[in-house]
Amino acid sequence: MYNKGTIIPGLIIFVGLMLFAVLWDGGGKVEAPKPEKPVGYKECVKPLQYMKESHMELLNVWRDEVLREGKREPIEVGGVMYEKSLQNGCMHCHTSKKKFCDTCHEYASVYPYCWDCHVAPQEDVALKEAR
Amino acid sequence: MRVLYPFIAVLALIVVAFLGGKVTGLQYLLGVVLPYLAFGVFIVGFVSRVLNWAKSPVPFRIPTTCGQEKSLPWIKPDRLDCPSNKLEVLGRMILEIFLFRSLFRNTKAEIHDGPKLVYGSSKYLWLFALLFHYSFLVIVLRHLRLFTAPIPFFVPLIEFADGMLQIGAPRLYLTDSIFLAAIAFLFLRRLISRLVRYISLPADYFPLILIFAIGVTGLLMRYVYRVDIAAVKQLTAGLAAFSPTLPAGIHSIFFVHVTLVCTLMVYFPFSKLMHMGGVFLSPTRNMSNNNRAVRHINPWNDPAIKPHSYAAYEDEFREFMKDAGIPVEKE
Repeated sequence: MYNKGTIIPGLIIFVGLMLFAVLWDGGGKVEAPKPEKPVGYKECVKPLQYMKESHMELLNVWRDEVLREGKREPIEVGGVMYEKSLQNGCMHCHTSKKKFCDTCHEYASVYPYCWDCHVAPQEDVALKEAR
Repeated sequence: MRVLYPFIAVLALIVVAFLGGKVTGLQYLLGVVLPYLAFGVFIVGFVSRVLNWAKSPVPFRIPTTCGQEKSLPWIKPDRLDCPSNKLEVLGRMILEIFLFRSLFRNTKAEIHDGPKLVYGSSKYLWLFALLFHYSFLVIVLRHLRLFTAPIPFFVPLIEFADGMLQIGAPRLYLTDSIFLAAIAFLFLRRLISRLVRYISLPADYFPLILIFAIGVTGLLMRYVYRVDIAAVKQLTAGLAAFSPTLPAGIHSIFFVHVTLVCTLMVYFPFSKLMHMGGVFLSPTRNMSNNNRAVRHINPWNDPAIKPHSYAAYEDEFREFMKDAGIPVEKE
């Protein structure tokens, strides 16, 4: 073999880069996120699977309807009225951003810009109100 | 035909994976067994290809020279296009690997009325190749978020910069759109330009179609079919930690994406895609042009065979040469 001095280190660097994800983790098992479910509510505005996969689309539609078209009327799902609002709708039941939103978002490296404008509920106050 | 067969092959892969992704037993095969297998083939194949190249001797200096060689002190040498030492070679290689300098020199030839052959500069290949490769790199780095926990610091930074325009939710990544546009250009270039179409083979179309399909399935997952990202990460992070779990409820389109990526990894070491490793080992780029300064001797020359100059040759065969009427230098 020729040029061992460059080929071998080069290949080691290549394999190391390719195995970056394995080496970074150190082989530990990754726990699935467990977002805290709201107390006293069983259903959301849409089925669970839809909310898991597409809640951001719904939030975007709501934002457009409320802010750009002025359609602020609440929506009724299964006899319960929900306000079309992140702060007063979603966060009314899901009282904690940290224990609900952030669990999955941080897990999947998702940093939505909701909170650039919206105010997250104060963790302690919201918990007390919920009780 | 040369376009059709690769197209049908990719289509068949998509159909098989889409149907397979709906069956739980096959999900394990496509989502766990296949990725490990494909990754193994990729790494082992890649390394053995490079080692095989490293075993091939390159006894003579064969750099392509595109400028003035280092000569007398008052003649200005072209240090990058005709490197004469290791440092200049390093500069040439860095520009080649990071900026595709060779493609920058791409030319086109056209026949105008006359008939008149006209050559001109053509930078589109260079531009779109650069866009394609860097978008691909960013996309691969972004995917680290699915394989690592904790996520490396640079991944959210890349995601932030990439989703800077804040179009839609989830945010549209710039590299996704650039990637698809660039690969569409590279594909259409082979179809539209007569000259390039003539020399294009199925092995040229297949990777383009395959990578385009990978990009499209990725976008479908993000915007149309919408997979549960937390479930997907359970699977992918499990793969990286060597304790794979298969959560229920992942949409079939995810398995199409994974199968296509695995196909790419398996195909990689046996194809032109090996230019990823090959660019480092191109003798026409990574050698210095010092033929006049240094004498390079073929390493497998038989030392028993001594140099035989023309003068000695003539001394040996003078009489025969004279008899045959061949002119000699010394009588």
